[in-house]
Amino acid sequence: MTKKIKNLNLNFGPQHPAAHGVLRLILELDGEVVEKADPHIGLLHRGTEKLIENKTYMQAVPYFDRLDYVAPMNQEHAFALAVEKILDIDVPIRAQFIRVMFCEIGRILSHILNVTTQALDVGALTPSLWGFEERETLMTFYERASGSRLHANYFRAGGVHQDLPAGLETDIAKFCETFPKIINDLENLLTDNRIFKQRNVDIGVVTKEDALDYSFSGVMIRGSGVPWDLRKSQPYDCYNQLEFKIPVGKNGDCYDRYLCRIEEMKESVKIIKQCLTKMEKGPIKTFDGKITPPSKKDIKQSMEALIHHFKLFTEGYRVPEDEIYTAVEAPKGEFGVYLISDGSSKPYKCKIRAPGFSHLQSMDYLIKGHMLADVPAVLGSLDIVFGEVDR
Amino acid sequence: MNNLIDLEKKINSELGTKINTSEIKHNQIYLEIDSEDLIDVVLFVKTNKDTKFRQLIDITVVDYPERSKRFKIVYLFLSHEFNQRMILSYDISENEVIASLTPIFPSANWMEREVFDMYGVSFKDHPDLRRILTDYGFEGHPLRKDFPLTGHTEVRYSEDQKKVVNEPVKLEQNYRNFDYESPWEGTKYIKELTDSNDKKN
Repeated sequence: MTKKIKNLNLNFGPQHPAAHGVLRLILELDGEVVEKADPHIGLLHRGTEKLIENKTYMQAVPYFDRLDYVAPMNQEHAFALAVEKILDIDVPIRAQFIRVMFCEIGRILSHILNVTTQALDVGALTPSLWGFEERETLMTFYERASGSRLHANYFRAGGVHQDLPAGLETDIAKFCETFPKIINDLENLLTDNRIFKQRNVDIGVVTKEDALDYSFSGVMIRGSGVPWDLRKSQPYDCYNQLEFKIPVGKNGDCYDRYLCRIEEMKESVKIIKQCLTKMEKGPIKTFDGKITPPSKKDIKQSMEALIHHFKLFTEGYRVPEDEIYTAVEAPKGEFGVYLISDGSSKPYKCKIRAPGFSHLQSMDYLIKGHMLADVPAVLGSLDIVFGEVDR
Repeated sequence: MNNLIDLEKKINSELGTKINTSEIKHNQIYLEIDSEDLIDVVLFVKTNKDTKFRQLIDITVVDYPERSKRFKIVYLFLSHEFNQRMILSYDISENEVIASLTPIFPSANWMEREVFDMYGVSFKDHPDLRRILTDYGFEGHPLRKDFPLTGHTEVRYSEDQKKVVNEPVKLEQNYRNFDYESPWEGTKYIKELTDSNDKKN
């Protein structure tokens, strides 16, 4: 007697705690083995690129916070760099250090969230409780510099919005002293943990070749043993003045990616420390009155400053006709902005290259042949945030 | 090749007639080609030992509604070996179908789906050309310049029908696009209003 066996189609999400947002994953299962995965994205699509085309360059910045909302300033950085390159302006050195420092804080924010929620997905609760306490501290740093915990809107073309408030630098320095201990605590819980290893080692293996073909970047490509980091290979702002290492994985599995993220957090702490020691008092945005707004004091006293202020916040600054692609090493990988300016004060076209988009696309390739229970583990190690995937 | 100028020379000498223009700016190489040469050029830059653009970073489109060849298709490439970036582009008219890069780069799959979704450009031999970012059953191509910012339809939950319904957009106030660049002429929508009033009188 023969029995007919049919594959089971399973809807994973759009509301699933392990989907890290709104992902609808249609899985074709043969028993417990995944035969095919078809991610349906776009449930968080807000039309960011269309909105940016209708806003001035300054008004476009907040949209970048809302992409990868666990590391907002890294995205702003890419946009600011793109505009600066077209306008051909220099950023004061203090502003560069501030920006790099906050980008590294963003990297830690993102990696804490990823490492701990990945642990949560495979069954460990405590790391997320410990990690989120640190994230809260880091977000207060964001708040003290920019006024908001998440959607900072802090970077500008030509520098940053305002200088750091008194005392922030010493508090960040204190954090750098205490945080490595927290990373060690997390590692004690996870790195040699039997369950964590069983769930992650040899799961979601990516070979070097495939990592290239699938347009992987960031930890996803470094986990597979490709030493590629834009901060080293195409340094922007003051990264070439800083010393740090690029952790590279060996096997390209979920566990190696976890290890890379842990090491990257340690490197980030080193970068923040160097920024704090190298940072000197000075201007935090370019002096070009046509691009950066004047100080409140100047507006009260100078007619020219008043006109500049008025023009900047109504018309915005004009950007000459050009076409550029700029990328930064965001915590999740290469985050790029392809910008076309047409000489007016609004971008003609602004394409956002989100690392998560190409990572999620490979879901089918990564999960084929794995068990259903591995889906959250692989998804967790991809480090997906739907703000940037859906845009 | 590590040097951009050498690289440009190399590509120009090897591909010759297939390259319409090449330019180096912002430390990147910009190439313009014809749409029918796409596969040849991409295969060359991917496999040649002096170029090795092994990674397709992104595919996108720029819409110029006033041009006869309306869409400019843009491909961004990255070479890890030589630490170089290349921007490849060509123009097509509105109903032209273009070749898909999926056989060469598997990652082109979703990128082309996004282009199809946002601009309505179709790809030949694409394995799975569906909409990707917009809603199920969505109509229109949002990133085209003639698509309004507010869209055509809005969704709400209908208490009567007990389901989510799609309706034409109703705005309390028109979207106002202030024309700051010519403060003395007034905004465009007021000008249109006064013009139409003048015609009526």
